[in-house]
Order: sequence, then C-alpha cells, then structure tokens
Amino acid sequence: MRIAHLISREMRYRPLNAVAAVAAVAVASGSLVASTMVLDVFDLQTEALLLAKEKAVADQMAAMEDEYRKITKRMGFNVLILPRDQDLGDFYADSYSEKTMPEEYADRLANARDIATIRHLLPMLQRKIEWPERRRRILLIGVRGEMPWAHRANKKAIMEPVPPGTAVVGWELHRSLGLAKDDAFMFMGKRLRVHALHPERGTIDDITLWINLREAQALLGHEGRISSMLALECMCAWADMSKVRPDIQRILPDTQVVEVAGKALARAETRNEAKRNAQALVEREREHRAALRAERETLISILVPAAIAVAALLVGLLTYLNVRERRGEIGILRALGLRTLQILGVFLGKAALLGIAGGLLGVGGALLLGPLYAGAGSIPDAARASGCAFTISVVLAAPLVTTLAAWLPSLAAAMEDPASVLREE
Amino acid sequence: MLELRGVRKSYESPTGEELQVFHDVTLDVGAGEFVAARGPSGCGKSTLLLVCGTLLRPDAGSVRVGGTDVYALTANRRARLCAERVGFVFQQFHLVPYLTVRENVLARTIALGVEDAPGRADALLDRFGIGGRAGHHPAQLSTGERQRAGLARALLGSPGLVLADEPTGNLDDENGRVVLDALSEFAKAGGAVLMATHDSVAAEAADRSIFLAGPSTDLNLAQRPAMSGTKS
Repeated sequence: MRIAHLISREMRYRPLNAVAAVAAVAVASGSLVASTMVLDVFDLQTEALLLAKEKAVADQMAAMEDEYRKITKRMGFNVLILPRDQDLGDFYADSYSEKTMPEEYADRLANARDIATIRHLLPMLQRKIEWPERRRRILLIGVRGEMPWAHRANKKAIMEPVPPGTAVVGWELHRSLGLAKDDAFMFMGKRLRVHALHPERGTIDDITLWINLREAQALLGHEGRISSMLALECMCAWADMSKVRPDIQRILPDTQVVEVAGKALARAETRNEAKRNAQALVEREREHRAALRAERETLISILVPAAIAVAALLVGLLTYLNVRERRGEIGILRALGLRTLQILGVFLGKAALLGIAGGLLGVGGALLLGPLYAGAGSIPDAARASGCAFTISVVLAAPLVTTLAAWLPSLAAAMEDPASVLREE
Repeated sequence: MLELRGVRKSYESPTGEELQVFHDVTLDVGAGEFVAARGPSGCGKSTLLLVCGTLLRPDAGSVRVGGTDVYALTANRRARLCAERVGFVFQQFHLVPYLTVRENVLARTIALGVEDAPGRADALLDRFGIGGRAGHHPAQLSTGERQRAGLARALLGSPGLVLADEPTGNLDDENGRVVLDALSEFAKAGGAVLMATHDSVAAEAADRSIFLAGPSTDLNLAQRPAMSGTKS
C-alpha cells in the first residue's frame, strides 16, 4: 500500500473537507486565469478595434488621395521661374528673388510653339524696400499682367495688369496708412493712385504694394529685367513637376523652376490635417481603452490576490481541522512504523492533490466559462488569449500554494507524539 | 528479543508535580516467550508497552529490541525498527476507519515492504476467520472481528515482538480465546509477546506474568518474584 492510496481513501471518507478545499482552489485559480483572459481578450479587442479604425482612416485617406490626385490633375499646379543664379536658400528666406533675368524671357516663353504645359504666365520684379515717404518696410512687386500666348488661344486672365500711375495695396498697408480706393500718395518720389485694396490674406501679401512693371523697373533701376515669372495652373498629363521643369528649361536654359504653394498644396495640407485629426481620434480611442484596461487591472489586482489568500487560508484551516480529526490515525500510523516524513507526506500529499484538482477544475472552468464573459470566440481563442504557458503555470502553481498553506498543520501532525495520542484514544 | 534495563518513566501532573509511573525496571522477554504484564488500571502497563514499542522515550535506562538499543537510534531508524520488529494490538483496536479490513492489515506495508503482502494479509484474515469480511470497513465489523483484524495487522510481516495492550478487554470469551490463542501460537512459533492485562484469565494464557503496582510506587520489577518469569 502506498501513501497515495491512503490519501484517496481518506478523501472519499471525508468528501466535504476535500470538496471545500477543491472549490476554494478552483475559485482562486479560475479567477486568476479568467481575469488574465479578460484582460488579454480586452487587449486583443482593443488591438482589433484600433487596427480597424486605422484601416478605415487609411482607406479614407487613400480615397481622398485619389480624389485630390484627380482634382489636382485637372487643376494643375503653380511654378515659379527664377534666374539660374538665384540662391534658393536666400529665395526661401526672403520670399523673393534678389537676382534678375531679362524680361525678354517672358516673351520667349509666351512665343514658344512647343510648350503646352503652362496656362498663365506672370512676369514680375520683386524687392523688399523701405517706403521712404512712409518709413515702412514693404514688398514691392512690379507686374506686367498676364503674357498673351502667341500660338494658342488665350485663357481668361487670372490676373489683370496694374495700370501705370496706380498701385494695388495690401491689407496691412492700407489699414495702417488709412488709404482708400482712388487715394493719391507718394511712393519713392512718384505720385500714385490707389487702384485696388486687397482684403486680409494673412500672408506677406498684406505688406505688398503692386505697381506697374515698367514703373517698378524704373524706380528700382532694373529696366528690362524681371526677378521671376509665375506660371499658374501648369497642366501636365502626369501632374508631375519633373515633366514641367524640363519643358520650361528647354526654352529658358538660364532659369530654374520651383513649385510654389498653390491650391493643390493647400488641399494637400487640408488632407494631411484631416489625416492628423483621424489619427488623433484613433489615439484618443487608444487612450480611452487603456484607461478602461487600467480600471479593470486595478480591480483584478485586488480581487485575485484576495481569492488566492482566502483559498490558501481555507486550505490551511481545513488541513488543521483534518489533522485534529485524525490524531488517532496519526498515532496508529506511527505505531505501524511510519516515519515523520511519511506522516508529513500523508497531509501534504493530500493538499497537493487538492491543489491539482482545484487548479484543473478552476482553469478548466475559466476556459469554458471565460469566453462567455470575456467575449472571446471559443475555448481555443480563450486559451490563446490567456496564454498556454500561463494557464499551465497556474495549474502547476495551485498545488504549490496549497502545499505551502498546509505546511504548518501538516508539520504539527508529523510532530504529534504518538504515545500521547494512543494513550488519549 | 526485548530487554529493559533500569528503565524509569514519570509524567508531570497538571499541577507540576512529578508522577513516577515505574522505576528501575528490568525485564527480559525472549523469543518464543509470552509474558503478561499485570496490575490495576493506571499502574503503567500501557506506558510500559509504549516504551517497549519505541513510541515513548523513557526518562532513564535502556530498551533493546532484537539486541538494538532503541532510543539510541535516530527517529527514522527507530520508526524503521518499529515497522520491522514490533506489532501492536490495542484494546480499542485502532483500525483506520476509512480503510477496509484488508487495507488495514496492509497499512503496515506503507512503512515496510513485505514480500507477497496481499497474499499474506489474506492468509492471516482467513486464519482469524474474517477472510469474508476483508472488503468491509471497521464500522461494519463486530468488536471481536475488529480485534482479529487488529491482530492480523500486528502479525503481518512477522514482527518478532508483539505488544498487546488489553487485547481481550472488549471481547467476549470466545473472541478473547481466539486472540489469546493467536498470541500463544505466535510465541510458540518463535515470537515474543508482552501483553498488558488486568484480566487474570487472559494472563493465564501467558507463559509467565509480571506485576506492576500503583502508578506512583517505586517499583523495581527485577526484584519482584513475579518478574522472575514463573507462571503465576
């Protein structure tokens, strides 16, 4: 006969003791696995939810991308033709070209037979200067108006020329100087009349003064020179800057071509902003889910250790009661020659067996019932969610905990004086 | 088989007073000998058996079983010696309630490997006329049957020394006779039996009797004529 036989017989003889201990261990181990499963399933759901949202955003962005591509393809884009020797760093820093090129370049481009990509061409001369009469730093732009195309039908002009002797005034200038339409004012010793007033644009346009190109060239001492040409609504079958640039530079080799912010760019920025907002929504959802998870984790971090502690205490108490109840039996076993370790084995073995049974029952129950509560699809899903290694470790840890819980009462049983017990019995 | 030399045992009373159970006991029980330890209740008969059975360390003196000084051994080796050499029979039977009769007999094999234990257990049960009750639990047996089961348990593994504490105390004459006959047979087969009893009829079954006086009386059993080994 082995100790295991003795244990199994005793458990059948006193089933309530065993059932209570198994139930306590089952509840503790089950709650541990179930709570982990709840958290893991929650994480999986969060991941799936966020992935779906991110995919939806990506799909939406892709759809918008396609739409904007079509829109910008129809609309074309704007380029600026600058003198080749203009340093682009300086250009971007100053917002205008300091270098100049012959005004004749504009005529050459307009008269070219084989350029099909440009719709509107606006030559100009720009300088940042001090308005001597008003002591204001302004951007002066001399414009000639739109260049007529020699070899194709002209589109409706998108910018009218500034008539000689007049000026178009930016918002900040006319607001601060109190200028109104048709007001006369002096500019660099020349008398000009306000031709038009610009509304607020929130750009450098607000401190810009537009005058006739010829007058600007004369005032600045750059007769026959321009600093840049704005080519608007450049059409290209591929909507590709790399196609426009060689088309222009083939005719004007001493120039360089850069793309400037236009409607297409603005729309792209809007699209990016929309994307950022969508991503922020996803991020907010992620934070919300994280907060929910933290709440659950806090609750579980209190409940699960409590369940384990109660189970351990109960197993310890039940073992203690079992030892008290079986004092006579301990005396008999000692009289039969059982050693201290064997007596210890009788009680610790039982505790371990209860732990294994409770652990299996609890984990099995959690895997069966957990999916209903946690929202996992099936037992395999639930097992995957809670992690196979973790589930097995709980089953293995349960007998360890019950053995530890039963240690002191079992030790007391092993140290029981058989002579006292047999005399009392 | 059993040698006691100058064995003394006392208990502390609840009031802290020392109660001497026996003093300077010298006793020899040889192989093939059946000795009855007699005396009134409370004289220390059961205590003497526990001391002889390796379960209660005396205050002084030596106890040898099969030539081995029992209390000079470690606890584990003493338990081993108990399992190998000593069989107990109790007045209250002390059967494990959740084991069947057969399992109770075999319980000894937890401590000690016994060759063909199941076969020998069945043979013992048959010998004591309870083979048909082997699958029953103690609660389902009569008192006589329980004691026979206890006897079978004590004899499994041929222990060499059987310590019987009032083995017939709760039995009718017929069952008492069965038990006493079994103990006599065991002794005749070369075993040693020390039986505590206050029953003079039971004591007559023994080869000789020794007498223990009251619990607090100093007693040098070796100096008493009753301890000389003659049948009283």
